[in-house]
Amino acid sequence: MTGGVSVGLVVNPVAGLGGAAGLKGSDGAEAQRAALARGATPRAGERAARAVRALLSRRPGTRLVTAPGPMGGHSARAAGAPHDLVRPSPLAESGPSGPTTARDTRRAVLAMAGVDLLLFAGGDGTARDVLDAVRELRERGERVPPVLGIPAGVKVYSGCFAVSPAAAGFLAAAYLSGTSGLSGTSGGGPGRAALIEAEVVDLDEDRYRQGLVSPVLYGGLPVPAAPAALSGRKAGSSATAPGTVEGIAREVVSRMRPGVRHVLGPGATTRAVGRALGLATTLLGVDVVERDGAEGRLVAADVSEAELSGLVEGREAVLVLSVIGGQGFVLGRGNQQVSPRVLRAVLGTVPGRLLVLATQQKLAALGGRPLLADSGDEDLDRMLAGHVQVITGYHESTIYRISAASEELYG
Amino acid sequence: MNTAEPFAELPVAPKPPLRRFHQARWDEPIIFELSTPGRRGIAVPEPGAPRVELPASVRRAEPPKLPELAQPHVVRHYLRLSQENLGADLNIDVGQGTCTMKYSPKVNDRFAAAVAELHPLQHEDTVQGVLEIYWRLERMLAEISGMSRVSLQPGSGSAAIYANVAMIRAYHAARGEGHRDQVITTMFSHPSNAACAKTAGFEVITLMPDADGLPDIEALRAAVGPRTAALMITNPEDTGIFNPRIREFVDLVHEAGGLACYDQANANGILGITRARDAGFDLCHFNLHKTFSTPHACGGPAAGACGVSAGLAPFLPGPVVAFDGSTYRLETPERSIGKVRPFLGVTPNIVRAYAWIMSLGADGLRQVAETAALNNNYLMRRILDIPGASAPWGGRRIEQVRYSWQELSEETGVHSEEIGVRAADFGVHYWTSHHPYLVPEPFTLEPTESYSKEDLDEYAAILAHVADEARRDPELVRGAPYNQSVHKIDPSPLDDPKAWAPTWRAYVRKHLS
Repeated sequence: MTGGVSVGLVVNPVAGLGGAAGLKGSDGAEAQRAALARGATPRAGERAARAVRALLSRRPGTRLVTAPGPMGGHSARAAGAPHDLVRPSPLAESGPSGPTTARDTRRAVLAMAGVDLLLFAGGDGTARDVLDAVRELRERGERVPPVLGIPAGVKVYSGCFAVSPAAAGFLAAAYLSGTSGLSGTSGGGPGRAALIEAEVVDLDEDRYRQGLVSPVLYGGLPVPAAPAALSGRKAGSSATAPGTVEGIAREVVSRMRPGVRHVLGPGATTRAVGRALGLATTLLGVDVVERDGAEGRLVAADVSEAELSGLVEGREAVLVLSVIGGQGFVLGRGNQQVSPRVLRAVLGTVPGRLLVLATQQKLAALGGRPLLADSGDEDLDRMLAGHVQVITGYHESTIYRISAASEELYG
Repeated sequence: MNTAEPFAELPVAPKPPLRRFHQARWDEPIIFELSTPGRRGIAVPEPGAPRVELPASVRRAEPPKLPELAQPHVVRHYLRLSQENLGADLNIDVGQGTCTMKYSPKVNDRFAAAVAELHPLQHEDTVQGVLEIYWRLERMLAEISGMSRVSLQPGSGSAAIYANVAMIRAYHAARGEGHRDQVITTMFSHPSNAACAKTAGFEVITLMPDADGLPDIEALRAAVGPRTAALMITNPEDTGIFNPRIREFVDLVHEAGGLACYDQANANGILGITRARDAGFDLCHFNLHKTFSTPHACGGPAAGACGVSAGLAPFLPGPVVAFDGSTYRLETPERSIGKVRPFLGVTPNIVRAYAWIMSLGADGLRQVAETAALNNNYLMRRILDIPGASAPWGGRRIEQVRYSWQELSEETGVHSEEIGVRAADFGVHYWTSHHPYLVPEPFTLEPTESYSKEDLDEYAAILAHVADEARRDPELVRGAPYNQSVHKIDPSPLDDPKAWAPTWRAYVRKHLS
């Protein structure tokens, strides 16, 4: 039964145009015209329709609220979904056949604020537009709907996207049925599964086309938590993730020499290191700890770049950083406190002073892509490039490729 | 309406393309629960056999706690259990990739039965025949691998890997290099290599695949050093891709002072084509049940074999069989790591493996490898014809392929595991992959030399049918199996030491008291 549930759908019809055309993105009217001139075909609408078909296969009769034409109506019709169009039309400005703009996306989201779940098809640029609209709703004190991205853009690095269009549809159906979420916890209202805050990140495409990298974390969107990975298992396998994280923490502690300052970056894996030392280190901040016999000592918690620089300057220190899931960033995402001057002070010429932590699952999810260093200093990134030992468990590690983000992604 | 099935119609109708399979479900108790005090099967003694009085020193004060049943109940019990299986003798067993399910010729069971009544403590002089079989099988495996000596003692593949790790440790210790505490392995080598190394106290460094699906040689270069004890590697790896630079891998490790150990548990694709020692390896092992046709026997009693170069021969587990030209003797190598299991080895499987090799000869072994590779590449072609299936990294494979249902799964939301379970409704099955899944939505097929073209066509047709079902009715596939003995099970007790019970005694202790 689907009574009363409504799902919003916003399609950025020009998302993904630039990819096939080799333009590294589709932001801006000029890039879009160039892409079309190079023979690119819009595909966001078809990808949105695939997501809607997947949703309908699990929840037949789900009613969509969408924008007219290429911004959603076409996709809803192609998928055979019953739908209503939002009024006033966000296309009023561009006209029904003209090119759509970021502003159209924002207006469409604002018009759909009352839906139970908002699906949007696009890339990181579209996610930013959705985030802008969500911020506007927050500023007005209005309700913010949960959102979920259908990957259809060139750059899809933000955490708010499902892994594929169909996966977006299935996840949406699971969420609306109250079956998604971790341990069935309810965070999104009665009968709804948990929501998590997912990162929206994007690159400045103009700088990116010039070979300059400036990935920016723009903020967070509330998205349905994906169900815990349903890993097919062979009887007796017991390598569950939490145990592995504890194993990683044990390994790090076993390598710590007393008196050496250890800089723990953000993340659940590094926090487990703090826990193994009996310390309440922070999840999102950068903390500095030392080992004192069997005990741990918290030198400073949640430090700023300047504080950190002062704490490691002129003494022996080790950086302990985890891999940011999905993208493989070790430096430059969420740990900007570890600045180029901090890196230079700690590493000197000894790469062994950097410990990278990741579960094997996390590395497997990179699909063969290298780890990325984006410290803000490309010379430093290039110095770090090569192979790095990644601790994957107690007395377990792998040797994994790490690249300067500037060369790997945009070179 | 007549709902009778048309089996009784004459003439007999042709069979449909897919079997209308249904597995038996007997709801059979555990044999201990069937016990009734005093019930016996009767074995009548030979006429005239003298009565034997056991001396008090070996006589039990209390009878063993064995189940007490009459003969027909024993027969019925085990036949019922056998009907609830999809064993290698029942199904087209190509879905257990990396486990290498091949046919075990029944004639070899007769030879195994011939040694069943030997006692492992009999004097050497009274068992010269079986010692000769050990000796000759060792020489054959030495020839097949290029190694100098082979131990047939290990009771399984993992026991053979552990014996190799123990020899590596002893070798370095004997040279005053006990500081070598790192073992390097690869993500697509069998995980027993990492597990055994870790059990033996080594730190384990795992190499991830490069863009071609091969272990990253640059990562190996970065990994080797003064702490390197050994490289433990499978080739071809679980992907079925043969590493053409394997000699370079071995050389890099040797240059750093480490040993190179070849996991060729499954040598099915390379028998008679290439040899471990020829690529420079110092140690290797075989699983007799994967390569030499002996039964897997549900995880035991299998048998493993460790091969080593001359420099490592003094460290072999003992005893081994020695031959002076006239008599076979047991001896323990000079610096032996000791026993890895009691006595000499799993003798019935040693006899079966010997018989299998003797029946094929050198040319036959090579033909096994060629047929296995041909079967595999034929099946790969059939599988890749199924929309939604892929084989990452492309190219031809040796004896197995790790495939992916990623495309199908993204389209339908049905996972590889669910497709494998649905396939069991048609009388076959498959296994996905070791963890973690590097290949998304994986499944691993390995047809070996045992299966015919018709077998492979039937298997591929079943997977094509289930993939089509996943598109038309994903919920049907997700709800499977429907025709199996056991439907959905909760595997979590397998991960809980307080709950698991590998023996009746443990079950009574943990769950009935």
